[in-house]
Amino acid sequence: MATTKVIDWDKVGGGIKRKSIFLEITFILPVAVLFLLVIMAIFAPLLAPYPYDQISMQDRLLPPFFMDGGTTAHLLGTDNIGRDILSRVIYGAQISLSISLIVIAITASIGTVLGILAGYLGGRTDAFLMRVTDISLSFPAILIAILMAVTIGPGYWTVVLAISMLGWAPYARLIRGEALKLRESDFVAQARIIGASPVRIMFRHIFPNVLNPLIVMVTLSVGFVILTEAALSYLGAGIPPPAASWGNMVNDGRTFIDTAWWMSLFPGIVIGLVVLAGNFLGDWLRDKMDPRLRQL
Amino acid sequence: MADVLLEGRDLTKHYPVRKGILQRTIGWVRAVDGISFTIERGKTLSLVGESGAGKTTTAKAVLLQEKLTSGTILFEGKDLSHFSPAQLKAEYRPRLGSVQQNPWSSMNPRMKVRNIIAEPLVVNKKQTKQQLQSRISELLEQVGLSAEHAENYPHEFSGGQRQRIAVARAMALNPSLVVLDEPVSALDVSIRAQIMNLLKDLQEQYNLSYLVIAHNLATVRYMSHTVAIMYLGQIVEYGEAEELFERPLHPYTKALISASLLTLPEDEDKGVEKIILRGEMPSPLNPPAGCRFHTRCGEAMPECGQSVPPLRDVGGGHKVACNKA
Repeated sequence: MATTKVIDWDKVGGGIKRKSIFLEITFILPVAVLFLLVIMAIFAPLLAPYPYDQISMQDRLLPPFFMDGGTTAHLLGTDNIGRDILSRVIYGAQISLSISLIVIAITASIGTVLGILAGYLGGRTDAFLMRVTDISLSFPAILIAILMAVTIGPGYWTVVLAISMLGWAPYARLIRGEALKLRESDFVAQARIIGASPVRIMFRHIFPNVLNPLIVMVTLSVGFVILTEAALSYLGAGIPPPAASWGNMVNDGRTFIDTAWWMSLFPGIVIGLVVLAGNFLGDWLRDKMDPRLRQL
Repeated sequence: MADVLLEGRDLTKHYPVRKGILQRTIGWVRAVDGISFTIERGKTLSLVGESGAGKTTTAKAVLLQEKLTSGTILFEGKDLSHFSPAQLKAEYRPRLGSVQQNPWSSMNPRMKVRNIIAEPLVVNKKQTKQQLQSRISELLEQVGLSAEHAENYPHEFSGGQRQRIAVARAMALNPSLVVLDEPVSALDVSIRAQIMNLLKDLQEQYNLSYLVIAHNLATVRYMSHTVAIMYLGQIVEYGEAEELFERPLHPYTKALISASLLTLPEDEDKGVEKIILRGEMPSPLNPPAGCRFHTRCGEAMPECGQSVPPLRDVGGGHKVACNKA
């Protein structure tokens, strides 16, 4: 009888296993961060120690608690008019995250619809829509946003509109490419043979198959929207005071950066966290959804 | 007179070749150049030829996926070009089924088998959920799968099973004609026979007509009643399958059959002649004058370069386009 050699599969698969654990961490961590921030935004009134707009002139420019002169009453210190930074960061999550969600919902929908139309219908529709997309991509978004803030006045919806106005173009580009590829696929040809209408083909055959890249793009643009909002606030075209957004908090701290750096640092850290979490999540999803990478 | 379901008369499809900014037409690709065929009810016609011979274009024309340059397709004696779009949708499309070559790409990976099979029904017919449900189960069982498979996604099946699903989809509307584009060439050899037998059983049971596109001669011989050998957009030989395989007349047919046979060491002793074609098929953009095959034909005569041999009947419906036959 032949002796069978025992193979230690744990050893053989070691490299693969490590890789997959790494993948899981890059998934769990960003999801946890984003989840906590969303919870923070929803329960802001319960979590924040002070209202976001409570001014206290005797508590101006208090440093965070771990520094000389800091107090545990204001854990992350106060700003130049005595508002609690921690409370404002917590309330800021409401505005910054909700703007991201609304902007992404708008841009992703418009971009997907136009991308599918251009990619599937082709011809003149494609040429026209893609020129419009090119034009949108070539405009500096910040400039348009400032222009809008000047003409219709700064505010929550101005920011949403300003970012959405040009933000759909990268989606349209991406989805159009995918739709173009799918249009030539055998199963779409089969649907045409069967007699399915173009609307049905776009809905049932193209749309479900562009979801993967779409989801990846959505996660990647969370960071983009928050950064753009911050940039707009920094330029004074963002969310007007006294409302707190992470962007306008960074901006408020600008003039005190050499004396009260905590005014800008803490909102800056959360912006960084969200952007990183979004990017990590996007990378993870892309790796998971690409069949060629999935086998690694 | 035979019971003809579909007839193609002088079908041609020329694709314009455009060039430059003004997109001037500088020539025509003669993908299909004047072919005629008939498909009888309950019978199979196979189109055979190399890639570029025009088989697929012909099938696409029958499936209304290509507009013909000229020629008429008669379905049950009625000219399709006289049909309005609404008539085509109501009276012609539902009578057609189609199975594609590659079962890995012919199904939407995001759809369940239930919805894949149901699509022709949903698009072409109004039905209640229960009717749809029972029809799906019925179709799945007919092709040798079980009703539970309806809830699975295509990637959960093997190639053979997927092709069965594709057959079920083609059968959904109870068609009269099914276009089979290389129905088994993407499958493992061990599975081909199963699928071919399934198709033959269905043909017998429902009196189906098949238009098969194939290049594998064993498949063609097993499945077809009539065979049309195509070369550069034209039919060079046409006839009953057995007759054509036993008594090939056109040098091209002979070469194809010779190439499909096993080569054995003792062949040389027995004097079995092996015909090997040299070169590539000429471009359909600029087909050779005279007989299109003369550039590669081993039996070509000087006149073959000048006179175009017509497709002549040599008896019993066996037609051949060759100056020598």
